[in-house]
Amino acid sequence: MLYIRCPYCEEYRPEIEFRHAGEAHIVRPTNMAEISADEMEEFLFIRENKRGIIFERWRHIHGCGRFFNCVRDAVTDQIIMTYKSGEPKPSDAEIEKAILALKEEQA
Amino acid sequence: MANPTQATRKLPLDGRLAGGAGVSITPAASMSRVSLRVKDKDVKAVGKALCVALPIKPKTSNMSGDQAGASRSALWIGPDEWLILDGETADISAALAKSKAVMSVVDISHRNTAILLEGKNAVDVLRAGCPQNLNDDVFPVGACSRTILGKAEVVIWRTGAVSYHVECWRSFSGYVFKFMSQAAKGL
Repeated sequence: MLYIRCPYCEEYRPEIEFRHAGEAHIVRPTNMAEISADEMEEFLFIRENKRGIIFERWRHIHGCGRFFNCVRDAVTDQIIMTYKSGEPKPSDAEIEKAILALKEEQA
Repeated sequence: MANPTQATRKLPLDGRLAGGAGVSITPAASMSRVSLRVKDKDVKAVGKALCVALPIKPKTSNMSGDQAGASRSALWIGPDEWLILDGETADISAALAKSKAVMSVVDISHRNTAILLEGKNAVDVLRAGCPQNLNDDVFPVGACSRTILGKAEVVIWRTGAVSYHVECWRSFSGYVFKFMSQAAKGL
């Protein structure tokens, strides 16, 4: 079970209260009517699905009901940090710092 | 034959009673409830119209009096969402209409029903199906949270040291009540 910190409730809650909601930071094209079918396909269906650090959206559906973003390691499943929707994507340095903090906590 | 002009509303859990060692489980009396959504900037003004301040801190609640159920209460559900509870005859919407703020007011008096848990083992009945930490240090008197009990979504509100008010949707109330009864049997 994952133990996820909801940035709105400001505390850790068990995974069962949350719902996964796909990849985060996907920008909706502003010129929907003009883009090609291929670009539309990319926007709707093509996801990074990479090995390593990923950004995803979660929803605290059985809690405050809010969507938020999360940085997770797809290899170890460890959640590195969570932050409110609308906040900028954390930089590599910030993620590095959060990983170090987690390691210290576990040591 | 029943008189069709005099329909009376019945609570879904009317007449049920359960309990176990150190806990009693009873359906709460009929209440008026409102699901309220307000933007940050209007929170204070709306609280004034409501005669009870809307709590801003997560997992907290405010009451206009000091007795849960007998006074108007505002429970924090989400960053812009509150559950307002009052007695059966109170008109919460009318109070909110006094404010000029833009808000969403949905009367859910009969969508929800409540179950009251009372007794020193009440918390153990909740622990049987709720994944949240309900210890005193993180869930003190006055704390409230939307969460899960077994397979149903509920709002748990701690109204006293050994008393809890559990709100659930009326269609889930049979399940929730049975779940609690079973949990109480194991105490």
